[in-house]
Amino acid sequence: MLNCLWIVIALPLAGFALLALAGSRMPGRLCALVGAGTVGISAALALAMGVSFAVSPPEGRQFTQTLWSWMSVPPFSPEVSLRLDPLSLVSVCVILVVAFLIMLYSSEFMSGDEGYSRFFSYMDLFVAAMLVLVLANDLVFLYLGWEGVGLCSFLLIGFWYKVPKNVVAARKAFLVTRVGDAALLAGIFLVVNKLGTLSIPEVLSRAAVSWPANSGAANAAAALFAVGAAAKSAQIPLHVWLPDAMAGPSPVSALIHAATMVTAGVYLVARLHPLFTLSPQVLFGVAIVGAVTLLAAGLAALAQRDIKRILAYSTMSQIGYMFLALGVGAFSAAEFHFVVHAFFKSLLFLGAGAVIRGLNQEHDIFKMGGLRRAMPGTFWTFAIGVCSLCALPLVTAGFYSKDLILSSALAAHQGGIWLWLAGVIGAFITTLYAFRMLFAVFFGEVRTQVSKGSGRNMTLALVVLSLFSVIAGFCQMPSGLGGVSLFADFLAPTLPQVREGVGRLQGSLSLVAAIVPLVGIMVAWTMYLHRPRFLQGYARLPALAAVHGFAKQGFGFDALYDYCFVKPVVYLSRVNRRDVSIAYVGAISRVAEALHYLLSMTQTGRVRWYAAGVGIGAVVLIGIGVLL
Amino acid sequence: MMLVWLIGIPLLGGVLAWAAARVHPRASQVLSIAALGIDLCLALWLRGSHVQALTQSGAWIAQVQWPWIPRMGISVHLAMDGLSLLLVVLTLFLGIMSVAVSSSDVRDRPGFFHLNVLWSISAMIAVFMALDLFLFYVAWELMLVPMYFIIALWGSENRIRAAVKFFVFTQASSLFLLIAILGLYFVHGNATGNYSFDYAALLHTALSHRAGVWLMLGFFLAFAVKLGVFPFHGWLPDAYGEAPLAGSILLAGVMAKTGAYGLIRFCLPLFPQASNSFSLAAMILGAAAIVYGALMALGQTDLKRLIAYTSVSHMGFVLLGIYVWGQLSLQGVVLQMISHGITAGALFMIAAGLEKRIGTRDITRYGGLWHVTPRLGGITLVFALALMGLPGLGTFVGEVLILLDTFRLSIPLAVIPIAGTVFAVVYSLWMVQRIFMGESAPRPHIADCRGRELLSLGIMAALIVWLGVYPKPFLDTSAPAVTELRQSAPEARPVITSPRELLARGLP
Repeated sequence: MLNCLWIVIALPLAGFALLALAGSRMPGRLCALVGAGTVGISAALALAMGVSFAVSPPEGRQFTQTLWSWMSVPPFSPEVSLRLDPLSLVSVCVILVVAFLIMLYSSEFMSGDEGYSRFFSYMDLFVAAMLVLVLANDLVFLYLGWEGVGLCSFLLIGFWYKVPKNVVAARKAFLVTRVGDAALLAGIFLVVNKLGTLSIPEVLSRAAVSWPANSGAANAAAALFAVGAAAKSAQIPLHVWLPDAMAGPSPVSALIHAATMVTAGVYLVARLHPLFTLSPQVLFGVAIVGAVTLLAAGLAALAQRDIKRILAYSTMSQIGYMFLALGVGAFSAAEFHFVVHAFFKSLLFLGAGAVIRGLNQEHDIFKMGGLRRAMPGTFWTFAIGVCSLCALPLVTAGFYSKDLILSSALAAHQGGIWLWLAGVIGAFITTLYAFRMLFAVFFGEVRTQVSKGSGRNMTLALVVLSLFSVIAGFCQMPSGLGGVSLFADFLAPTLPQVREGVGRLQGSLSLVAAIVPLVGIMVAWTMYLHRPRFLQGYARLPALAAVHGFAKQGFGFDALYDYCFVKPVVYLSRVNRRDVSIAYVGAISRVAEALHYLLSMTQTGRVRWYAAGVGIGAVVLIGIGVLL
Repeated sequence: MMLVWLIGIPLLGGVLAWAAARVHPRASQVLSIAALGIDLCLALWLRGSHVQALTQSGAWIAQVQWPWIPRMGISVHLAMDGLSLLLVVLTLFLGIMSVAVSSSDVRDRPGFFHLNVLWSISAMIAVFMALDLFLFYVAWELMLVPMYFIIALWGSENRIRAAVKFFVFTQASSLFLLIAILGLYFVHGNATGNYSFDYAALLHTALSHRAGVWLMLGFFLAFAVKLGVFPFHGWLPDAYGEAPLAGSILLAGVMAKTGAYGLIRFCLPLFPQASNSFSLAAMILGAAAIVYGALMALGQTDLKRLIAYTSVSHMGFVLLGIYVWGQLSLQGVVLQMISHGITAGALFMIAAGLEKRIGTRDITRYGGLWHVTPRLGGITLVFALALMGLPGLGTFVGEVLILLDTFRLSIPLAVIPIAGTVFAVVYSLWMVQRIFMGESAPRPHIADCRGRELLSLGIMAALIVWLGVYPKPFLDTSAPAVTELRQSAPEARPVITSPRELLARGLP
């Protein structure tokens, strides 16, 4: 059964090849069938493998499949090799299930688009690349998947290529993540140079042996990988591409920029966690970056009007939670939040897509309103997503995953009350922006009439995802509430168990964390629905308006980078279009021309001048002869 | 004997093609393709039948040596190892492609055109196989003349200026090569009494440091100009830009590689100590070229000049890899040369196709072409991704091997080229986007690529993917040759340990 591992990747890849070569001649339904079908079969296969893995685990609870040797120039010999262990298995199943549901949704959502087959071919390629990233057993092969998903993200952000704004956003996304990729590549070089291997388990075991904790090499390698992870996962300060990436179609945002690709950084750190534990400083840095991002992105989300930008900042913020968890060493908590987040955030994006499509491409939440009655199915599923995002206690999956992160932030060796506090404040902000969005879109008066409802495929995807957004939490519950730890136990051989806090203080703090969302909902209800006047009064204050504007612009990072990097480079290349470094070529020819001109001046045609020249020359020559 | 045929068939084919043009212009094209095709089969047969030899380290696949002017120690010495073989195959492949796709823009004197193309190919093959320095120089000079005619007679508006610039640049630098070859000949002859131009004889000539450096610089200059090393690339944008399609493909795809080949085969093995002391400067030039070429490509509006500057950037990788002189880096250089030949060739084909469709090379006047030419767009995207070194395509393999070996040698030296890969993203993606995306002017009469254009670009795209996914056959072919070259000049490998030492060494 496990030997079929390569087929899981090969199927979407084949789907891509078929659609890329013949998609333009295929009818739309067939394109969707090929696109979603290959992913669906892969998903079924992955689930079957998951069952077989759980029932009769292979030796050492891991399975490696080497396909071929990529390039072999000793000592550098990356291999095309796959590795199935609990961590990659969970990721693969989540990716494939979510991808299948999103493609099901897309088959309806994208219908009528002139790039229908192109869309499915890109999506298939993306799924294949993402699976490579997750399953790779070799660092360079992982890098192939890493770049591959970046490429697909580029292609899909710029999917509607006729709009210049989308094209710019696509390029920006690839460029910013490529900065991180360069760091990742340097990290890989460092590892292969010092440890002499590229196979991930081998790297980890050799690092543990030959690198002492806090050694320079360990710190450098961990820092380089962390930069790569932060760029891919849109963490501050390399986050600037994600809000603009919303230019892509909504299913793309759901799959790539919420559920899978942006969490690749989290996966990378979890996958290489023994390396990171050798460098507590870098790990602490990861936690700080996560905490800062989750707060800043939450505030920025609060200032947005575009529904997809709100969700984009929300994604950044939630990945901030995952980074926080990674930073305090709670790797399986991060992975758990990744799983839950994949469900509820793709649900939210798909819901937003349905709304945008229904309102004829309207993105502004304050031009929507009252959609509760017109789109009940979307409303209820979206509301479940929002509740899960806000971690509504007990009934949502988001609660269990966020609670695990907060309690381990408190309990972990490197954690502390400050990180916990950041998480709790972040949870409060999350509730504010999430319910602001929910209230503005689905409650209040109707501002725009719905022109297009959602059909069967779209609704089915939403319902299934909302179901997962609730039940996915029940496989991991805190000790106070049943103490289920199926998820962490399953991951235990790959990721260390989470240390949970016990004691009265921890218990009461957990209670506080659980109550915060409820308070947040009440505040949001008061501010945005019950007494909107209250807020409008404050919004007129110039200082608050300035802060609001600053947050809306994403805290000025774009302007900063534009000023520091983009403008100088563009200016240099424009100014130097004629290439000063080869100006000497022109100089040589001009000198030659000048000499020619000087010499030709002597050719006057006047005999007297010639005679004088001959005379003077003779005198000089004779003079030289006499003197020497 | 086979090696003589390899050179002779295109030579003969050229004459036949010239004659055939009197009968029918197409006949000359068909004959040229046939001649090159036969030659390619011959080269591949050599690879196939001598697999045994390839696995033994240092074994030449084939050799032939006849006396030519024995009084002066000049002989016709041709030899082929894995490195030569790969480059010969690349030359013939790109030759076939360039002849196949350039029928429409050569209406004028097609017979003479094909004669020039085939003769320049023949000379380049001779360059890749000559082991006698005198013969090498003759071949080196002979490849210029047909190329000059190709640019000057069939190029675009500023062709004369470009052709003169090309000729003067390469000719002037070749003079230094000639002086250096003669210098080495006399130094060796005076010391041993055996006056010979033969590679094997000259290989371990004892030289004073001073003499070694001067002679090495003579070789380096000639090869660097051909390679288009920054800042000797003055002729390159003009020549690449103004040449006809076949000329651009051969210039960028093959002729640049003769420079790299010269460095690998002659410059470093003949002067290992001198090269060692020069290597830091050369590596810095290479790293600078990577960034500078990318930056220049960013500012270009003429599509062919843009591609020319990306070549400068890629040849920076090649120069860097050569002077790192490790097994990894040299294998990377080989793969980078092949991938770049295919990528640059394909991009020039695309540029020519676009010029034919839109009537201009000015990239700012393209835009939004994807919906009329989706196939061309997809293929262009593949090659743009190859330009930026996306994993899974051939250039990635080359670049990663070169960069890794540079990294092993000195981390500070590797930082600049790694950062340079970020620039590559900008120019390659921006190029695709400016051509195919954004708003489009209504252009009803543009056809997507099909037929011969689609076939040749498709083959090249498949090759670049093959190189990226399974480069083993190529690496295995060149491995013994690279090992042998490194063993013949182990001193050429520079040793740099720390930035402080790097500063202390200074520039030679």
